[in-house]
Formats: sequence, structure tokens, C-alpha cells
Amino acid sequence: MHDLVAITALGGAAPRVDTVGPVTFTEVPDVALTSVAARLGQEAKAREALANVIGAPAPDIQRIAGGEKTAFWSGPDQWMVEAPYNGHHDLADQVKAAVGNTASVTEQTDAWVRFDLRGDGIPSVLELLSQLDLRCLSSGTAARCSIHHVGCYLLCRDANHYSIYGPRSSAGSLHHAVLTSMRSVY
Amino acid sequence: MIINHPLLGPRDASEFTYLGDASLIDRPDGMAENAADAFYDYAYLRDNPAGEHRELWYHEAGDRSWLVVTRNTLTHEISKVELARDVARARGRTK
Amino acid sequence: MTQVNRLTGGQIDRNSTLNFYFDGRSYTAHPGDTLASALLANNVRLIGRSFKYHRPRGLLTAGSEEPNGMVELRAGARKEPNTRATTIEMFDGLIANAQNRWPSLRFDALAVNDMFSNFLSAGFYYKTFMWPAAFWEKLYEPIIRRAAGLGSLSMQADPDEYDKGFRHCDLLIIGAGPAGLMAALTAGRAGADVILADEDFTLGGRLNSETFSVGDHSAPDWAAQAVAELSAMPNVRLMPRTTVIGAFDHGIYGAVERTGDHLPSLPTGKPRQILWRIYSQKALLCAGATERPIAFENNDRPGIMTASALRTYVNRFAVTASPRVAIFTNNDDGHRTASDLHAKGVKIAAVVDVREDAPLSYDYEVLKGAQVVNTKGRLGLSFVEVALPDGSTRTLDCGALGVSGGWNANVHLTCHQRGRPVWNEALAAFVPGENLPVGMSVAGSANGVMSTHGALRSGAEAAAAVLDLTTLPDLPEAEDAPIALKPFWYVQGCKRAWVDQQNDVTVKDVKLSYQEGFRSVEHLKRYTTLGMATDQGKTSNITGLAIMAEVAGKSIPETGTTIFRPPYTPVPIGAFAGRMTGKEFHPTRLTPSHHWAKERGAVFVEAGNWLRAQWFPLPGETHWRESVDREVRQTRASVGVCDCTTLGKIDVQGTDAAAFLNRVYANGFAKLAVGKTRYGLMLREDGMVMDDGTAARLAEDHFVVTTTTANAVSVYRHMEFVRQCLFPDMDVQLISTTDGWAQYAVAGPNSRKLLQKIVDPEFDISNEAFPFMACGKITVCGGLRARLFRISFSGELAFEIAVPSRYGDALMRRLMIEGKEFDVTPYGTEALSVMRIEKGHPVGNELNGTTTALNLGLGKMVSKKKDSIGSVLCERKALIAHDVLKLVGLKPVNPEEKITAGGHLMNTDGPVDSAHDQGYVTSAAYSPNLNSNIGLGLLKRGDARMGEKMRLVSPLTALTVEVEIVSAHFIDPEGERLRA
Repeated sequence: MHDLVAITALGGAAPRVDTVGPVTFTEVPDVALTSVAARLGQEAKAREALANVIGAPAPDIQRIAGGEKTAFWSGPDQWMVEAPYNGHHDLADQVKAAVGNTASVTEQTDAWVRFDLRGDGIPSVLELLSQLDLRCLSSGTAARCSIHHVGCYLLCRDANHYSIYGPRSSAGSLHHAVLTSMRSVY
Repeated sequence: MIINHPLLGPRDASEFTYLGDASLIDRPDGMAENAADAFYDYAYLRDNPAGEHRELWYHEAGDRSWLVVTRNTLTHEISKVELARDVARARGRTK
Repeated sequence: MTQVNRLTGGQIDRNSTLNFYFDGRSYTAHPGDTLASALLANNVRLIGRSFKYHRPRGLLTAGSEEPNGMVELRAGARKEPNTRATTIEMFDGLIANAQNRWPSLRFDALAVNDMFSNFLSAGFYYKTFMWPAAFWEKLYEPIIRRAAGLGSLSMQADPDEYDKGFRHCDLLIIGAGPAGLMAALTAGRAGADVILADEDFTLGGRLNSETFSVGDHSAPDWAAQAVAELSAMPNVRLMPRTTVIGAFDHGIYGAVERTGDHLPSLPTGKPRQILWRIYSQKALLCAGATERPIAFENNDRPGIMTASALRTYVNRFAVTASPRVAIFTNNDDGHRTASDLHAKGVKIAAVVDVREDAPLSYDYEVLKGAQVVNTKGRLGLSFVEVALPDGSTRTLDCGALGVSGGWNANVHLTCHQRGRPVWNEALAAFVPGENLPVGMSVAGSANGVMSTHGALRSGAEAAAAVLDLTTLPDLPEAEDAPIALKPFWYVQGCKRAWVDQQNDVTVKDVKLSYQEGFRSVEHLKRYTTLGMATDQGKTSNITGLAIMAEVAGKSIPETGTTIFRPPYTPVPIGAFAGRMTGKEFHPTRLTPSHHWAKERGAVFVEAGNWLRAQWFPLPGETHWRESVDREVRQTRASVGVCDCTTLGKIDVQGTDAAAFLNRVYANGFAKLAVGKTRYGLMLREDGMVMDDGTAARLAEDHFVVTTTTANAVSVYRHMEFVRQCLFPDMDVQLISTTDGWAQYAVAGPNSRKLLQKIVDPEFDISNEAFPFMACGKITVCGGLRARLFRISFSGELAFEIAVPSRYGDALMRRLMIEGKEFDVTPYGTEALSVMRIEKGHPVGNELNGTTTALNLGLGKMVSKKKDSIGSVLCERKALIAHDVLKLVGLKPVNPEEKITAGGHLMNTDGPVDSAHDQGYVTSAAYSPNLNSNIGLGLLKRGDARMGEKMRLVSPLTALTVEVEIVSAHFIDPEGERLRA
């Protein structure tokens, strides 16, 4: 075991948690992430392999699917696979072993910061941040969007639970933007 | 403006980056005899129509698809949106 | 003096009294008042001085079309000039001040301008201040600016915060009057997702200003009931205090919601306003209509208003502008005002109607076929003079005059996509034409349907049409009077009759402009400034057009129309900025070592969105050069560490990955061995250099490509273009990993020794096992996955090591601890730059979009054996001519003298001008290793001019430095250190 100590994307030893009104906003460092992009001509096989990884059919456009490991659609024949960091710090290697030459796999764990929003009335916060049609972002959907000029993935896990993935280097600006909107609304 | 992405549905144009004339797909063969002339045309000569224009847009803050958008430059009416990859293949591009 | 003009009834809350201040005096008001209604209640008619002539002015209207009644609202940094008193919702402690008056509102020194009005007519500035041109900035403009103008700015930063937001709906209804409310009820009951926006704080539009009934209720009560029903619908969002300011492409609307303007002070964190972008499938414009005045002599005295405004003040706000009021009208609606005022106990001096067949009243006198020909009163109206049809005149004693010239449909938003309204003879007004913004329809008086019942029906029908509903809801009974109007624009023979009160444009100015040849309406506007003030001529444009038509002997539609542009009403700049102000102007990206660097006291520099450590001062270092020189020396003498995470990293995978890079890079990549890295040069298709970087081959089908920090986004975009649009059948997949890996350059002769302390022992990084340009996956510190590249930007033996970003902070701290024995130093971008200039590595300064590989001394890298982007056009004749610029090094003959980037190179003899220009300096630094200032530059035939002396000049700063042309590789030109 190596002896280096990780810090969170916001620079803390522990994840940041903020609650404003009914909404709780949490930094989530305990997540491993990897991209899966089907090789040309291998799309069907890649989907099948991905389905085996997540234990559910590979998600269709803008959808999320899976169990302990979940995948969300990120582009044509491309997905992001997420899993708890503990036990999956080498998620990319695990997934690569499963999909073989049907797909290209790239570690994305620390390319992103994940923030979760939980509670009632999250869309009122999000409508100050994202131009997505939130009516279409129902439970189990994921969409790429821009939040204050930061390119993000917005995932609706259920009506009271959303996740935002943004570039790790912009974690501070993204956190500021979301928290400011929460304070603006609640 | 709103671009009706073939995979994702209507999306605000601010999510996209504009490149220009879709004729940029028709890149000449750099090893051909007349490559210098062909590339001169390719790189510098463009139509500037007042009306329908096929142009390349990149969904940078989205799924990173390049799109061919058919847009009326007078009215901004968008009559067709296609994945550029499909257009490129249809125009005979391969490897 | 306490609200002497207050009447009974109205929609104000008398249980609560609010205090406010206008121009230094204290007054009282009630919730539900606007500043305008409160001022009238307190018998304040004089509100400001006019733009050009400094004439006393009061209120003209009761709504957002107000041209005159503008004040400076609030104080200190929150002071907002040119705010319409008619739209300011009263709150306790409100402070407002009059504008454009000195020393006081009642006595204004510049009112003398009014005496010289003959000289200040249309085009005065153009005619008078033509020459000499030099006088414009220094003399004329300051004088004009002081004399003319409206409110003044606070000159302080706006302390309030603004939000931006995005909403989507099936149907956006703009305006909540009878048409808008009925449309919203129709659509809402049908289950549509509706947004109903209205600029007022009470929804209902004109219904709140009327006394007639709608169904079984009074008009305001019906509106309140409709609002209550809509509020209970989950699919309807009501947005009061929200002005839809513009109609944009494809159903997008801009709207400003004033969330905090009605509050005495904003709660912490709450926005003052929100600028919404509303995405609508369909939009229904129910913006109502605006009553237009008639122009006559001295029609701008305080107390002269539109008749409908008087009615609004009386019915909604329970305020009369004066106990004694006259009406001047050309239509039946003016009579309704008279009758409503009379019912509230206001004395009607007379109704002056230009029509011979005007209706009579039992309650007050009606003067048929009569016209108001003049008015009197020093700071407000006292008398009006009426010309009767028999030629006699009569003087009416009154403190207010209501003027009704008919109603203009509020077509503004229909014009925002170049739609042109069309003339409607019956209304004598423009109504929306056919060329509406996509998805928009129009209902109610905005569409020329002027009766209340008509508006209700039209709203319901329009909503039903949009939503394909087959049945209409039951409509309540309501007033359905026909239009009865005789077009009448201005009283003949008057000398000073105002058309545009905000910009002080008179009937005479309009005529003069036509006589002087300004025949197009657009020219008329620009010459006279008619309609170009903050109100955009809502009460004046049509009248101006009508006057011009008359002078030209044409009909109004023949004369033209003016179209309107966004915004519908003025919007504070802050609302457009939203939260993106100050350091939030753009997102900030932090490197993985940022927190550590901050602890070390690093000085940071913005590089794009990144914050990077520029240098790391040590105690006692007082000048940045001391720190930078030390960092350079220590690195070259032993070892230094620099965070280079900001370089773009793109993961390129697939069976065609190598073939793909062969296309993208000008040099070859097909034969690069696994475990090796290669420098890559990327060209644009026009042959200019786009970017450079390295590509490391981690596996047969896997490369990691780096880009410059600045071009990370554009290179990724370009590579996606090549992949999807040019070679769609290549099996290659791309994804950015820039943020995923903390990457540090470890440079200097002891860099290997330092790394050997942290790289796990099973990985051999000796020169033999891991030579120059090697790369590979390793582990560090007992098992953490990492990547190692033996590449060098400094010219020293160097490595770049990458670990997952979350461990970047810990790795940097570890390198500093383990490096102590080697006297390790962190170095910033400044030392990085010094060392790359010493080594002659081109960066953005040299890769400036106008340089080719040949210019940069990299011409041989462009492979002729393959077709890569840019490989054809970089061979164009002019780009390979014998005298093209070549990258050179520059040394001052006197090492103390500075090389200045941007300076130009001239021969030692001959003129210093652009014709004799030999090249220019791209980069400059002080080299602590050479003890000399040095630079890089691009010089004609530079490679053949080594040792030549030249002049480095900057004529702008009178700089001349004698320099010697040397190799760009100041340090270790043979590259021995790299390979050590």
C-alpha cells in the first residue's frame, strides 16, 4: 500500500457538505470513473461487455443504468462507468479486462469532481445554472451541460437526488456557482 | 438559436462551436498530382449564400458530435441537422 | 401635507403607511402605490427637468411607457438614474431624487435653454458644432454633456447581485391583462405547461384600472380570481414583476424578473433581478396597448397626462392628479375617463372633443369640435385654452388635463425578428403583421382587439389555436364597446408642441427635418432623435410618423413604420452580467499543487482559466528576478519541480490510433515504438503551425498526447473534426484526461536521483533502461499507479511524472522532502519560460498563428512521405521563399540592456521603417546562466545571419538596442544534458 494521502477536489481532507434550505450539497470523492468507447465495428459487442460489467443493459442515449457499477451515456457509443472508489481504484483496469478489444477504456476518476444535490426543490436551483430542459431530465437520465461556462454532466438519479460531474480543476468555481444559486433560491 | 441535435433533441446554440462551411468535409487528397490547387480551393474559396447554408457545428458542451446544420442565413431557420460523420461517409470519406 | 389628492377605494393597503423621500422631502404612501401614484397623492406634479430645454416636467403615463417622470432611485452606490416613477413599487424608506436640475427642481439655471429654443431645434448639434473638429472632444462635447442629459451615475460599483436563469415551457404568455389571463386559464386548464409573465407587480393589466364588471365581478376582482385559479395549477408558473424584453430566434425570449427592487434592502445572497432565458414551444403576446397623446402648444406641462393614466391613478391607486381635471380627446375612451373620474368625485372642468359628433354627458360639459390650443401655469398646469368651433376661445381652470389620442397596439416584440407591423385604418394604429417571430401569436389589444370582451375572447381563441383545443372555455360578460375615433395627431398652428417629451422633440422639429431632406423615417429618427430615448418612443413614434406623413402628403403606411428592437424597457447592465463578475468572470482552474503552492507563498499568474505559480519567493527575496534567477540556477545546478498539469492531455486509442496521429501531426508517428515518446508538430490546413506537444505510445493502440495549455480545447476539437469529418472510418477514440493526472516536471542533473527515491524499486529508470524520450506506467511510494515520461522542456535531464490528481498535493510535498538533500526547488512559469528561451523552445509567442514549421527551424519535421493536415499548403511559394523569417537567438551587445518582446529588428544602417523591417522579437528574458539578457526572434534569412549585429527598435518607446544574432539554442545546443 502506498503512503500518499489524497485530498478532495476542493482541497480538503474530508468532503465539503453545505445545506441551504431543503437542499444538501455534498462533495463526493468516493467514486471511481472510467470511460468506455466502443471500437469501430465492435459497438454491439462493446454494449454486451458493458452490460456484463454493470449488470444491466448498456444505457441508451442520455440514460443511466446499472447497480454497484453504473454507466451513463456520454456520447455516441461512449459511456462513463462509475463505482465506489474503495475496491475500484483501478476501475479502468477492471473494466478494460472485461471489455477487451471491443472498447477503448480510459481512467477518468480524477478528471472529474462529483457533487451531489439531495432534497426537495433541486430544479429551482438547477434552473439558475443550466439551460437544459429540466422537464426532460427525469429519474435515470444524464445530460452534458454547461454550468457557468464549466462543462458538466448532470445526472438525475431520482427526483430528490442529482449528481453533477465537473472538471476537477474547476471544482472551486463550480462549487461556488451551485452554492450561490442555492442561497439565491433558499 | 436552437439546434435540434439528431441524438439529443433541441439544444441551445451556445452549447455548440461554429466552424464554417460543411464543404470542409471534402478535404482533397494531399498526395494527388494537383494537390496544391485543390487545397487552395479547399482552404480559401467559400460560397457566402444569402439563404440555405450547410455548415459545421461542434457540440462542445455536449456529446462532442460534429454536426452538419442546414441553416437559412437570412432567417436562421434550421431545416436539417445531421451527424457529420454520417455525412462524411455518405460523401465517400473513409480512412 | 398628507396625501391631499387621495380618494376612496383603489388597490392600496391603507392599514399600512410607508414613508418615502423625494428630492429631500418626506412624504407618506401605502403599499400598492407606485412612486408616481404616491407623488400625485401628495400633490407633487413637478418631477424633473427636460433633456434639452430643462422645461419643468411631470408624469405623462402610469406605466412602463413613461417618457418624463424619471428619477434617480435610491442613494449611494445603489443610485439608479432614469428610473420611471410609474414602475417603481413603493417600499418604506424609498429615496428618489429629481434629475437634470441645478440648483433646484423649482429653479433650474439651465432653463435658460428654453429661451434659446429657436437655436436648439432639430439637427442643432450637427449644424453648430461642425468644425473645427479638434473642438469636439475638448470643448463642445463637455458643454453639451453637462447641459443635456438625464440622471447621473453613482460612479461606484453596483453592490447588488443578479442571477441568470433558464426556463422551458409549452406556452409563454407575455402580459397578464384580460387576453393574457384568459389565454393562461384556457391553456392551464388544458394541462399545458404555461409561463405567464407580466411587468406589473399586480397581474391583471388594464383590468386593475377599470370600474366595469367582468362576469359577476368587478374587473380587478375577476383578475384576482383568475390569478388565484392559475396559482393553484402546478403546470402554470406566474411571473409577476417580469418584463419580457426581447424575442429571439427559435422561440427564445429574454425576461427580467425584478425579485428585489420592491424591497427596502436585499436579504444576503438574494438577487436584485434575474435575467431569464425562456425557451418556449409557442408564445402568445398579450402586451396590451398604449394610449397616445395629442400634440398641442405647451402640452408638456406637469399635470398633462394621458387620459387612461388619470383613470388608472383614480381607479387603481385612489389618487387624482388634481381635484379639477379637463379631458382632451378624439375618441370615446376619453369620455370613459371623464365619467370614471366624475364618479370618484373629481370635478370635470370639461371634456374637449375634436369630434363634432362627440357624445354628451349629463354629468359634465362636453365641448364638441373643440381643441386645446395652449396651456398655462409656471411649474404645473393651471389653465388650458380651448378653441371652440365658432372661432372663440375659452379658458378652463384645471390642475390636470387628460389627453386621449387613441391607442397604439404594443407590437414591439413582434418586430424583434424583423417583423413589420401593418396599418389598421379603423384604429388609426399599427397592428402586428404576418412576419412574426417563429412560434409567436398575438392576442388582445396588442393585436388590435380593443374591447375587454374582445380581449378575453381573443386570448382564449389564441391559446386554443396554439394548443389545438377544440372547445373554448365559457367567457365572462364584459364591456365590448366599438372603436369610435377620429384620427387627430396635433393641433395646427402651434409653435411648441411636444411629440417626444423625453428627447424634447417638437412637431416643428419633425417638419423641419422633413424640409431639410430627411425623408426616411429612420433618418427622421436619427436627425431629430425622436423615439431614441430610453422609452424608445412608446408614446411618440406613431405621432411623429403621422406628422411626417402629413407634411409629405402621403398616408401613414406609405410613409413607413419604425420597428422596435430589444430590450422592451431598459435593463441594468448587472442583469446581463449575472454572477459572472469580478473573479467569477470566468471559471478558475486550480492545479493539483495549488494549495501547497499557496502555503509556500507562491505568486500566481492567470494562464487562460488556470492559476499557475509564477515563482516561489523565499524570505529575504524582494524582487521577482531574485526568485526566478534562483529557481533557474538551482534547477540547472541540481533539480527543480514544476507543475505542468495544465498542458492538455488527450487519450488516443484504437487500432488506427497511430494512423490517425500520422494525419494530425506533420511528422511521422506510425513507427514510434511502444514505450517511447515523440515531439509532434501540428499544422493547420493552411500550413501554419497550430500547436506542438508530445505523444507517448503506451501500447500498440494507445497514445497519450499533450497539447499546449492554451490550445488544449481547440486541439481536442480539431482532432474530433479530423476523426468524425475527415476520416470517419478510422478506429480511433479520443477523450481528455487533462484534469485526471497531476503531472510534474522534475528537471535538472539530479532529477533521476530524486525520482529514484520515490519510484518503486521494481522500475529501473536508469539512463540505459529508461533513456531520453522513454515513457511507461510505473508505481510510486509503495504502489500508487503513475506514469513517467522522460521529456524535457528546460533542456536538462528531466522527467515528467503523473499521478492521479487527488495524490498530486501529497506527491509534491513528498518530492520536496525527498529532494532536500539535492537542494530541490519548486519553479514557476517564469523560470520555466527563462529556461525554455535559453534552450530555444518555441511556445505560443512563436507559434502565433502566422508562423510555419520552416520559420521555427522545424521545416525538416514536415514529412513529405505522407498526407497530413497542412502538409500541402505549407509548401506554398511565399512560405518557402529564400527570405522567410527564421527563428534566431538575440543577445544585446551590452548584456545589461534589455531585449524587448514586440520590438523590431533593423539593419545597423538605413532607415527605421516598415519597408526596412527585418523581423521582430517574440520572447525575452534575463538568463542567469549567461548573465545576460537574451531573446528569441523571427528574422528574415535568420539562419544565415549568425553573428550579425542589428538594431532592435521600438519607435513607440524610442528604444534602440544593439543586438547580435545568435543561435536560438543558448544552452547545450548538442542536447548532451537531455541524454545524460
